Amino acid sequence: MAKKQIVPTKTPMPEQEPGERIHNYEEVPFGFTPEQAMAEARRCLECAKPGCMQGCPVNIDIPGFLKLVADGDFRGAINLIKETNALPAVTGRVCPQEEQCEGPCQLGKRFEPVGIGRLERFAADWEAAQGEAPIPELPPPTGKKVAVVGSGPAGITVAADLVRKGHHVTIFEALHEAGGVLVYGIPEFRLPKVIVEREVQFVCRMGAKLVKNFVVGTSATVDELLEEFDAVFLGTGAGLPWFLNIPGENLNGVYTANEYLTRANLMKAYLFPEYDTPIARGRRVLTIGGGNVAMDAARTALRLGAPESIIVYRRSRDEMPARAEEIHHAEQEGVQFNLLTAPIALHGDAQGSVKELECLRCELGEPDASGRRRPVPIKDSNFRIPCDVVVLSIGQSPNPLIPQTTPDLAVGKYGVVTVDAETMKTSKRGVWAGGDVATGGATVILAMGQARIASRSIDEYLGTGAW
Amino acid sequence: MSAPPGDSARHANDPFEPGPVTVVRRETLAPNVELLTVHAPVVARKIRAGQFVILMADARGERIPLTVADWDREAGIVSCVVMQVGTSTYRLAALKPGDVVPTFVGPLGKAIDVAAWGTVVCAGGCYGIGGIFPVARALKEAGNRVICLIEGRSKFLLYWMDRMEAVSDRVLFATRDRSIGGDIRDGHDVVAEMLRTGERVDRIVAIGCTFMMYKMSEATRPFGVKTVVSLNPIMIDGTGMCGACRVSVGGETKFACVDGPDFDGHLVDWDLLLARRKAYLDAETDSAER
Repeated sequence: MAKKQIVPTKTPMPEQEPGERIHNYEEVPFGFTPEQAMAEARRCLECAKPGCMQGCPVNIDIPGFLKLVADGDFRGAINLIKETNALPAVTGRVCPQEEQCEGPCQLGKRFEPVGIGRLERFAADWEAAQGEAPIPELPPPTGKKVAVVGSGPAGITVAADLVRKGHHVTIFEALHEAGGVLVYGIPEFRLPKVIVEREVQFVCRMGAKLVKNFVVGTSATVDELLEEFDAVFLGTGAGLPWFLNIPGENLNGVYTANEYLTRANLMKAYLFPEYDTPIARGRRVLTIGGGNVAMDAARTALRLGAPESIIVYRRSRDEMPARAEEIHHAEQEGVQFNLLTAPIALHGDAQGSVKELECLRCELGEPDASGRRRPVPIKDSNFRIPCDVVVLSIGQSPNPLIPQTTPDLAVGKYGVVTVDAETMKTSKRGVWAGGDVATGGATVILAMGQARIASRSIDEYLGTGAW
Repeated sequence: MSAPPGDSARHANDPFEPGPVTVVRRETLAPNVELLTVHAPVVARKIRAGQFVILMADARGERIPLTVADWDREAGIVSCVVMQVGTSTYRLAALKPGDVVPTFVGPLGKAIDVAAWGTVVCAGGCYGIGGIFPVARALKEAGNRVICLIEGRSKFLLYWMDRMEAVSDRVLFATRDRSIGGDIRDGHDVVAEMLRTGERVDRIVAIGCTFMMYKMSEATRPFGVKTVVSLNPIMIDGTGMCGACRVSVGGETKFACVDGPDFDGHLVDWDLLLARRKAYLDAETDSAER
């Protein structure tokens, strides 16, 4: 076999210029053309032991789909991806590929890895461009009914899988729009909502019912659902925001990232007053945190017109959990990074509005439970950063409403619902859980992977009745 | 498209396959105060006194909380008092029978504590008159002696006097211009007078504007009588996911939408609530002027 020619760098992704894109909410990368996609896919060495598949949390047949893209068989590629991944248009955009598939890429050992994420996105977008996806042929109705709680990545995936098996599925969504964190959390410029709408619509076109403005836990309890439905899947995510518990956290202008992003994304506050929900448009916005949510908040602040948007993070760049591309895009757009900086107090004015964030400088010590070097504050290194908006992006955990109203639902640390790893069954008969509600704040691909495990188990239960 | 598997004709009030929430009736209770009645079987099924709903007047509107004033579980209808104070409430006040309310979600918040406390004063001010009505009713049904106290700037702004009479043992009024209710202008002075003269009052529940609830709490503090207030911070989702509604009670941060909306008025940080409610004053004014 002829030796494959190495192409050392990824095919460049056409993107909006940073200076321009901070004035709009449109997606930053434009996506590959078919020619660019084929060229990028051909970079794959087709190695004997593909690390990419192992790196993928749901083991997508990556070498397989890359080969199909390289050969120009885009339909074959997307079909292969979708055998495992229900939401490639989303994951291609939001997966931390550098930690998953692209990290172990053999080519990446000496050069740049194959742009697997970009190719997954390409295949999904190509399929969408072919027109409305045809509804697959569905088996005869089984007469079984499933309640899916939450219309985020886990819920959409479970609903799609079970509808395809002939079960009656009703998705209950607390908010007035479906998509969960895909719609309230991830901004338009990272994940266009038309994609989320398309995925939700597809599940509904297959026959799932979508009931919005319905809060399971109060509009109906899980026990009430079980009187009507044969099985319940909890995909309620991690929507409870964490606080630093420092003085001044309730000053005006101090937001949790959930509130800041929900106003901006779900309620479209960036279009105020065309949309009625306002949002504080600070001149200097501090975002505390180093994950994807923090990057989203900091970049949203720029788009809301902030001349200065600053990330305040207590560790260094290497420990930041955000996706590499998000940090990169944030830097390009002019987000400043105050690293090794720990917030200790918020100070405000007489009207109750935030004016300064008091911090301590940090150095890195021994690794903590997360495996990352822990931040050690340096005594007496206090200093203050003037600001008018502060966004707390330090993490989320599951909303306690369902556990509080479902007494026999076992819940662990941080309110995470306890599940069996092989089946996603909870402690309560007939109830499964998957995604952030069962893992704590994590990723779309993990949510979707757990959803797939759950739907297989639910389908089996609906058939056998054995728990 | 053929009917989904397993589907069959559903009752109009099916709680698990509800249709859109529509306006049944809108009636003017007082100048700038409307009673909005909607068909919302999901909410009607489970609503209890003290709880609220979040609604949007239209697809681009804000999500705002409104205390639920009355309901009919059988008919699947729910009523809220809407006081017109800005863009969102102007739009709600303009809804007509048959109009769809795009978002109407609930019941939210914890129901008010109901037990046989003894003698309870149920104080309602402005839009809070509607809110206190189901509370008074529930407390009366639980065996309490209920004294309703209705207050507002003037007699022409009060409403539901007959309803209050029907669920209480006594009805008192307080108006700033003394157009009804004798010489006392403020509800909190009425209650302070009752307590000063040694009248038995075991508990007070107050629902109204922030200042009214704050003043009521301050008036009862020296007497140590439990005063429950229904806090009214700005809200967005109403389910505990964003923290917009955070209040400080007893030095601890609470979410009014899930820990409340009812709290002990003697433990509330009123300054904080008043300051946080002003967070968007400029935007609200700007929007209302358009």
